[in-house]
Amino acid sequence: MTTATATIPHGVHHHGPEKGLMRWIKTTNHKDIGSLYMWFAFAMLLIGGALAMGIRAELLQPGMQLMEPQFFNQLTTMHGLIMVFGAIMPAFVGLGNWLIPMMIGAPDMALPRMNNWSFWILPFAGGILLSTFFMEGGAPAFGWTFYAPLSTTFAPDSTDFFIFAVHLLGFSSIMGAINIIATVLNMRAPEMKLMDMPLFVWTWLITSFLLIGAMPVLAGVVTMMLTDRNFGTAFFDATGGGDPVMFQHIFWFFGHPEVYIMILPAFGITSHIIPTFARKPLFGYSSMVYATASIAFLSYIVWAHHMFLTGMPVAGGLYFMYATMLIAVPTGVKVFNWVATMWRGSMTFEAPMLWTLSFVFLFTIGGFSGLMLGIAPADIQYHDTYFVVAHFHYVLVTGALWAIIAATLYWLPKWTGKMYNESLAKIHFWWAVISVNILFFPQHFLGLAGMPRRIPDYSLQFADFNLISSIGGFAFGASFFLLTYIVVDCIRNGKPVSARPWKGAKGLEWTLDAKAPYHSFNTPPSRALIEAESQHSA
Amino acid sequence: MAVDMNKKISKGFWVKLVSAPILMFAFAYAMVPIYDVFCEITGFNGTTSRIQSEQQYVVDEDRKVGVGFFAMTMGGFPVQFGPKVESMEIVPGEFYTTSYIAKNNTDEVVIGQAIPSVAPTDAALHFKKLECFCFNKQVFEPHEEVEMSLRFVVDPALDRRIKDISLSYNFFKLEG
Ligand code: HEM
Ligand SMILES: [Cu+2]
Repeated sequence: MTTATATIPHGVHHHGPEKGLMRWIKTTNHKDIGSLYMWFAFAMLLIGGALAMGIRAELLQPGMQLMEPQFFNQLTTMHGLIMVFGAIMPAFVGLGNWLIPMMIGAPDMALPRMNNWSFWILPFAGGILLSTFFMEGGAPAFGWTFYAPLSTTFAPDSTDFFIFAVHLLGFSSIMGAINIIATVLNMRAPEMKLMDMPLFVWTWLITSFLLIGAMPVLAGVVTMMLTDRNFGTAFFDATGGGDPVMFQHIFWFFGHPEVYIMILPAFGITSHIIPTFARKPLFGYSSMVYATASIAFLSYIVWAHHMFLTGMPVAGGLYFMYATMLIAVPTGVKVFNWVATMWRGSMTFEAPMLWTLSFVFLFTIGGFSGLMLGIAPADIQYHDTYFVVAHFHYVLVTGALWAIIAATLYWLPKWTGKMYNESLAKIHFWWAVISVNILFFPQHFLGLAGMPRRIPDYSLQFADFNLISSIGGFAFGASFFLLTYIVVDCIRNGKPVSARPWKGAKGLEWTLDAKAPYHSFNTPPSRALIEAESQHSA
Repeated sequence: MAVDMNKKISKGFWVKLVSAPILMFAFAYAMVPIYDVFCEITGFNGTTSRIQSEQQYVVDEDRKVGVGFFAMTMGGFPVQFGPKVESMEIVPGEFYTTSYIAKNNTDEVVIGQAIPSVAPTDAALHFKKLECFCFNKQVFEPHEEVEMSLRFVVDPALDRRIKDISLSYNFFKLEG
């Protein structure tokens, strides 16, 4: 990596895209790469979703129905890994690529070649991960958290491929984060101060710092696993003086920031969509920035709330409990700001707004179950039950994924110059929001009643709620066919739109042509334009 | 196509951008020794402490604490292993000796390492061992039965609410 990558290569600069397949392989354009990320994430979402259908099919009824327990474990493990590293994270990077240069008045990302690399690593990493299904001994089956010694001493041979895939994914995310930091700090329109930046840019900037802090730790822990497995080290092996519990400390030191990596950009998206459809400036802009930064900081010091049951002195449990509760404060600030933005606004309910409103509501449910889990003595009951599963699906599916879908619909007109079919999008929304609750809400009850997670069979008293949950699951899964149709239909047959299809929308991206040009801003926007397009000043 | 807006990224900025992830990678490894020291100081994770000599404590003869002894072996460990007495009633501040018995039922020499753990974790720091078979690796000759001793004291600083402590050992096989 030299400084040469910091400039857009000449020749590409003033022209449109190349033709054919090579355009996509060689592209250094932030919009092309954004689209690649989004399509990749969508493909992974469908694959990960298919695995989840397998899980729900097995859990439809008590007893072993369809598969060997070992295969069930492979399904839960790969579902989690693919959704986290293949779907949610790349989707946010894709959105960041598409939107950040447009929002800060830049022509492109700061490091376009590296951008190309960080995307093209992904299909290889994803391919390696998926190929483990076809290896002897099967895919990893130790859960997406891959605790040692399950993932070291007792793991299938394919684990080494899993480790390599995680290394690649880590490289890709770190490069993506470096690129975003360099873009925001270096390429911003000269007239745009940090506190002028739209919140999506702010949340992504802060997320990038989380990525740079957390992903290398993940790389470190899988490297220790690799050497434990193959080169005779004993980091997690008590025989050699190591300690498997230490694995959990290192993993969750990465893992908890990771969950905020998956939600902070969603907070940013929400802070764009609500002002647009409430036709009011965002309430409490600077408190939003500070809340995001404090959430990011706090996310590094609460990790052991995942480990209350590993045997912790009371003082340790108390500390991690209080620190965890503390995160609810800045998170609450955000929710209040969104509600205050809507207060007395002239609201309309186009599909992106519907997704966003349900995001606020359902994410908050996930936050509340998180608070319950954060109570150290109560977690003894909840830990490793379906209550945890319900919690993180509320924050990740109706949180992160909801924001991604909202953002896709909201900015699709800018990406394509065309409008999606609003009535289909509304049908899709209601279909998804009802089915997702049928899918995940009963899992709270299952967890409180003691049904353990990651187990393919269950005792009879859990049968009814599991049946309901599975039916909701199939309905939710099917809704993605409609989403695919809506997006493809928009790209193919959508009606052309004006440059600002949402009346209340503000932001530099809406000052570009209806279909955003290949290079965003060749001349930096003026101070007057930046102020006029600020979403947070009246 | 007015100004070229691509500012060059300065060398110093590059250095920061690249060294931050490298440092965090190193930090993951640094957590290993940090964790060990942390456990030793705080008794986190049930880490017991080791003392070099018999020190005098102020003893309250009326205070009694139950200590339970447990044994586990990891899969494939061929030596039978268990406590000689399963529990004792002790007075904090006094020294006690007990032992574990191990029998190697195989025709081969087995080398093992015992790893202790104390629960509740708040008791770990106050469970002090003067002598323990877990301080060294153990060599078991074929068909040999050995008695391995353990001398310990529970520091009277132990929280008065703790009435029972359990000490468990897990034996692991070492190669050759
Ligand atoms: C108010 C904020 C939150 C609190 C207090 C909280 C608390 C917790 C606690 C205590 C656990 C551990 C439960 C157990 O294993 O017994 C947990 C698990 C989890 N949380 Fe949260 N959480 C919050 C928000 C979030 C967000 C925003 C995300 C992601 C976007 C998230 C994702 C997860 C995941 C993925 C797990 C499960 C990890 C696993 O064991 O597989 N949480 N949460
Ligand atoms: Cu957490």
